[in-house]
Amino acid sequence: MKHLLSPEDLSFQKEVQDFIDENLTDEIRRGVRLTTSSFNEKEVFGPWQAALHRRGWVAPAWPKEYGGPGWTPVQRYIFEMECGLAGAPLLIPMGLNMVGPVIIRFGTPEQRAFYLPRILSGEDYWCQGYSEPGAGSDLARLGTRAVRDGDHYVVSGSKIWTSHAHHANRMFCLVRTADTPKPQDGISFLLLDMASPGITIRPIHTLGGDHEVNQVFLDGVRVPVANRIGEENRGWTCAKYLLEFERGGGFRGPRLRRQLEDLRALIAREGIDLQGGTGIGIATRLSALDIEIDALITMQLKVLTDVQAGRNPGPGSSLVKLCVSSIRQAITSLAVDALGEKALSWEPHRPLYDLEDIHKSVPVDVLAAMPAYLDARASTLTGGTAEIQHDIIARLVLGLP
Amino acid sequence: MDLSLNDEQRMLAEAADGFLTQHYTSAQRETSIASGFDRNLWQRFAELGWLGMIVPAEHGGLGLGAVETGIVCEAMGRALVIEPYVEMAVIAPSLIMRLGTPEQKQIWLPQIAEGALRVTVAIAEPASGSVLDQIAAAAGRTTAGWRLSGCKSLVFGAVEADLVLIVARSERLLRVFAVPLPDDRVRITPWQTVDLRRSAVLDLDNLLLAGHALLGEDADARPAVEAALDAGLVAMAWEAAGCMDVLLKQTIDYTTTRQQFGRPLAANQVLRHRMVQMKLQLEMTRAAALHAAMADPEDHVARGRAASGAKAKAGEAAKFVAEQAVQLHGGNGVTDELEIGAYYKRLMALRLLYGGPEHHLLRHARLSEVLGAERRLYA
Repeated sequence: MKHLLSPEDLSFQKEVQDFIDENLTDEIRRGVRLTTSSFNEKEVFGPWQAALHRRGWVAPAWPKEYGGPGWTPVQRYIFEMECGLAGAPLLIPMGLNMVGPVIIRFGTPEQRAFYLPRILSGEDYWCQGYSEPGAGSDLARLGTRAVRDGDHYVVSGSKIWTSHAHHANRMFCLVRTADTPKPQDGISFLLLDMASPGITIRPIHTLGGDHEVNQVFLDGVRVPVANRIGEENRGWTCAKYLLEFERGGGFRGPRLRRQLEDLRALIAREGIDLQGGTGIGIATRLSALDIEIDALITMQLKVLTDVQAGRNPGPGSSLVKLCVSSIRQAITSLAVDALGEKALSWEPHRPLYDLEDIHKSVPVDVLAAMPAYLDARASTLTGGTAEIQHDIIARLVLGLP
Repeated sequence: MDLSLNDEQRMLAEAADGFLTQHYTSAQRETSIASGFDRNLWQRFAELGWLGMIVPAEHGGLGLGAVETGIVCEAMGRALVIEPYVEMAVIAPSLIMRLGTPEQKQIWLPQIAEGALRVTVAIAEPASGSVLDQIAAAAGRTTAGWRLSGCKSLVFGAVEADLVLIVARSERLLRVFAVPLPDDRVRITPWQTVDLRRSAVLDLDNLLLAGHALLGEDADARPAVEAALDAGLVAMAWEAAGCMDVLLKQTIDYTTTRQQFGRPLAANQVLRHRMVQMKLQLEMTRAAALHAAMADPEDHVARGRAASGAKAKAGEAAKFVAEQAVQLHGGNGVTDELEIGAYYKRLMALRLLYGGPEHHLLRHARLSEVLGAERRLYA
């Protein structure tokens, strides 16, 4: 990889590495390593986001005029590669990678001026109101209603799987504003203030014991019409645009490589011999994952350079999400198998990085393996299940009926 | 940085597919199977530059790299070429380039590139396959040169070859000997493989060789043998991708055409998802093969690791894609009447030859340890 970079790329890479050395503390890295759910807590990513914001690097995907760094695709890749390999926190995507691009694309000048700076600074914490108890994969059937009342919509219904709703001060939300033969045609995209009267949040604990997702009840919540993005009943366009970002998922290969190397280090610390006995099976599973990560990284780099050269990127971009989630699951699954009975010890306290090693026989890193494995099952569900992804690839890439 | 094919590479891909679609017809394939090797066709490969793909320009070749070789091999995979291209145009010239004395390179490489000299390799053995640690064929010193004994198997193109490069053990090292063929003292027993290629077993019984039969200087040839074999592994991963590409296309055609229960087979979600899995395996193989082809060929550890990675991935993907192609073709899939059977068999050969997935996963794991944590991050 290194031999493919130009001298300018290499000096940019050095700049990023220096930034990481200065700002990514061991404490932050430990917080990332011991986070067992999908998203880091603000105490982990907060200082990192602030440092990136000071440097103007917090939103690599945004156009320069809205606060993006104006990088080339290769620079973006180098940045994400170095952050991923270093074990830097993934910033919470709901603002920066989901609603941000939607506001840039579909928002009014006033909406852009108000919301975008607050996303960059981290002043606003966003959550995503998409899924409902009755509308998961079949998202267009959502039933949360918004009824017009003067300059407001009155919103009633319920959203579910809402990550970090309990931390968020804002929610972007798909609501039904009309009953149309095609359900997609009656959906609007609204921005809610989470402090509005009528909002209650019920925590949902995941298999891994984490409180990450919630059910959110909306009971006559008044939302100014000015908080609608795009036209009324045209929200599905925004919804799909956002899903492309959510499913694209950035360059996850280097981050997965870091996780695999963390697992190798854990295996070494736990004295598991990879040269003999069952260790040989573990060693070949580590290798099989390394090979898949190499392939994933190559696939993504090929898409990137094709796009940069103005060529059709081919099927790689659609396949990436499936690869990322299956590799993520396989790493966590291998961790549990490698640790064997040690992985059975269960510590209910979250977050785990609060804890020091209670007993030297079971370090906190070992305690994180089982919850991380269990929580990783969600990676083939969020942002559209793996089965939905298969349907999409069958249609768009293979041309099947 | 650019991982896309450049204009020359795209032209090469089009030319290779174009030539092979036009000339490597099923009739041509029958001819090649019957004889094991079509000399006229081989000459055409030479004219296209394919036999000197990796041979340096100073020795009459094109001096290109593993990506270009891979492009041609992928096209050969699609066309199910019978002739032993990987052995004669990748592994053998690579061995000579790495080990040969200036004179040996000067004499042999230009002739290989122009198709005048066919050189193959004898690596595998009946007892241990291609595991280099277990090579038993032995070379002892004599006053005038060397005495070679042992048995080599899976020597592709042995009957057609003018020269065979034999890997043998001597004084705990590996050495490579160049033996002109035919030679009455080398017993060649032709042996077809499952993919209808023509290989042979070579029996060497106290074969006396002159000193200059040794390829290169008197030193351990192991690193060069591994590196040359690695070049072959990468080429085979590309070839496997070509075979899988055809199998997937034929499976899509079949399941969208064939009607059952009043609708095309592909209307069934379970079949559509299976084909997506096949596509995923194909694209992972392509990416692993491209990754290995871009590795620095002089960085033996990183490149060897990537080559084993590509071979292991290709081997696993090949078996999955081929088995599912058979399954989705239903009863017709298990007959020997369809082309998919021929691709299936070629893929099984590509999976197992020069080490199967388990062998290469273990090698990958070993080389991962050698590479160390810091270098693994950027591998």
